[in-house]
Amino acid sequence: MNVKKIKKDVVLKDGLIIDPFSQESFQGSIWVKNGRIAGVGDFEIPKSKDSKIIDCSNKIITHGFCDLHVHFREPGEDDKEDLESGSRSALAGGFTKVCIMPNTKPPIDSPELVNFINQTGKKLPVHIHPIGAVTKNQNGKLLTEMSMMHKEGAVAFSDDGLPIQNGGVMRTALEYSKLLNVPVINHAEDECIRGDGLINEGKISTHLGLPGNPDIAESVMVLRDLELAVYTGANLHVPHVSSRKAVDHIKRMKSKENKITAEVTPHHLFFNDTSLLDYDTKLKVAPPIRTEKDRLALVEGIKNGIIDCIATDHAPHRLEEKETTFDIASCGMIGLESCFGAVNKVLCKEHNMKIDKLIDLLTVNPRKIMGFKRDLFSIGSSAEVTVLDDSKEWEFTQKDIQSKSVNSPFIGKLLQGKVLYTITKNFIASI
Amino acid sequence: MLKQKHLLFLKGYPKEDIEIILKTALQFREVLDRPIKKVPSLQGVTVVNLFFEDSTRTRISFELAQKRLSADTVNFSASSSSLKKGESFKDTVQNISAMKIDAVVMRHPAPGSPKHLTEFIDAVVVNAGDGTHEHPTQAILDMLSLKEKFGYLAGLKVGIVGDILHSRVARSNIYGLITMGAEVTVCGPPNLIPRNMIDLGAKVTFDLDELMEWCDALNILRIQKERMGRPLIPSIREYRASFGLTLERLKNHKKEITIMHPGPMNRGVEIDSEVADSDQTIILDQVLNGVASRMSVLYCLCGSQSNELVKK
Repeated sequence: MNVKKIKKDVVLKDGLIIDPFSQESFQGSIWVKNGRIAGVGDFEIPKSKDSKIIDCSNKIITHGFCDLHVHFREPGEDDKEDLESGSRSALAGGFTKVCIMPNTKPPIDSPELVNFINQTGKKLPVHIHPIGAVTKNQNGKLLTEMSMMHKEGAVAFSDDGLPIQNGGVMRTALEYSKLLNVPVINHAEDECIRGDGLINEGKISTHLGLPGNPDIAESVMVLRDLELAVYTGANLHVPHVSSRKAVDHIKRMKSKENKITAEVTPHHLFFNDTSLLDYDTKLKVAPPIRTEKDRLALVEGIKNGIIDCIATDHAPHRLEEKETTFDIASCGMIGLESCFGAVNKVLCKEHNMKIDKLIDLLTVNPRKIMGFKRDLFSIGSSAEVTVLDDSKEWEFTQKDIQSKSVNSPFIGKLLQGKVLYTITKNFIASI
Repeated sequence: MLKQKHLLFLKGYPKEDIEIILKTALQFREVLDRPIKKVPSLQGVTVVNLFFEDSTRTRISFELAQKRLSADTVNFSASSSSLKKGESFKDTVQNISAMKIDAVVMRHPAPGSPKHLTEFIDAVVVNAGDGTHEHPTQAILDMLSLKEKFGYLAGLKVGIVGDILHSRVARSNIYGLITMGAEVTVCGPPNLIPRNMIDLGAKVTFDLDELMEWCDALNILRIQKERMGRPLIPSIREYRASFGLTLERLKNHKKEITIMHPGPMNRGVEIDSEVADSDQTIILDQVLNGVASRMSVLYCLCGSQSNELVKK
């Protein structure tokens, strides 16, 4: 991947423009001048030497992707990832905007730390938005200074990785968040029901002799959070939905009157628990990869609009944390670089979803959840553009990874659809 | 000699390989009855016993098997190891492997760890118990003992009673016995039986008396309190009342079943002393067959074709 500051104008010429904001798609070109959108569709191509013309015939030109759920490990574990390497990883995946989870060391639980992230992120080529911790030190007890953190730029609140076990604390957090009208995101797993569970409880866990983490550990807490969201009227975003039961609860409770949204990860869409039969630690993740039935329910949930967006839960880990026995291996996998190829393959190729619909899940839908600007192709907008070839079949390899970590279960997998260019903050990445 | 390079798990292990191991074990069983019990079958072969979890009988059994085969053995236990100094599993095993060893016998608390071991080293790997997953040599010695007692395995009805959830003995026995054509029914408190037991090919009952009417042989397991995060049974008294093989319960059954126990036994809990010491048990035969079975496994995996099997 090559990332350059844009010195000339850039014209993305003669592609299929899919604008998820206007819900229109048409043949045309996009002109980026001084980092802003200067022309969309049919316009006179600037002929000066200062223009870089990129032929986009048979390619898709669309909004830069937005990921609501990534872990960039800075501060504290920048040997796994930092904001700079995370940005490169995002660009390689077509993402121009990411929201980073606060479970760093120390966690982002104060206005000062939110400010640190924003200051560090400013000079980097993607838009990085910190999500603040819900509770001090993510201990599930005392609320953080949410209002002051919001003023410094926290776009949502979450104790991700650590579920908020106490329903009273969750209620308080939701109620208090109404002051700011931003989502609270709770990693939904009942720790008592989960116990020592390491993989989905079922046939595979029984064969492998690994302690099971049942689907109900997720669904009961999702149901609790949904009830609280309806009761308080606050914004609830359910992260990494993994089970059919949780999809069913969301389907039942979500309505126009409340502010409930949900995301699904590429890995929960791509794999089922039979992939764990060889104890592949790369697939150890929380919540766990579940059964084929669950996977298909997630696909259906997306098609029916119950699930609002795709989020990668990009979670870098050092190799030695994965090259060990299953019980002590770390949870999570990286996911930004492989995201589009994986979800496009599952949703569009295997389940006949329209590419425009998939693009919604990666662009306008997540931006709407966070209250970000969505009319990205209006003239004068700061340019966030991604160019895709949705038909290209390719094998994902370690060379495709820009992250500092390589803990990807997609290595060696055939993916469908590739990101070619990402333009944001007046940078252009050629992938 | 075998299709498989290792003995990791009995799940999916070929029937022909199990047959060869059992047949060879019978020959070694004969060696153990001789005045001089040592054969040169694995002379020059180095075996490391890697024990990351406490063990007495399995470890002694493997060590004896190796000595009887004239193999060179080295013992490693977690308590005396560099693990306490923070060395990773991968480094520990790669260091040992770098000293040019031929086989590793490993016990480890993590399910699947023998699989990971094969990813890190080239030596032959024998699983001596991986947490709550499998314990294949125990199942082989159990099958050998059943074969010795009944003369056949196909069609044999075997019951397993106790803490099935945490039992590697149960899993390996189920896989092995079903491969060999036997039928298996497990029994225990519902919360100590995995929800998907049926997927392993075993039937389930919560009624020990019913099981005793059905089975030819009953394998009794202990409650593995050390593997329970929180108490899963109300009391020992309560457990004994429903799932203990008491003298009274045994007397109430006319059918004379064969009783097995992999050890260690908790007398007065899952089995009464009088029952444990009765003629109906083959518990000590299991122990001797353990040595023969492990000799067989090591010989079948490490022995070169040219070696004569039981040279005096």
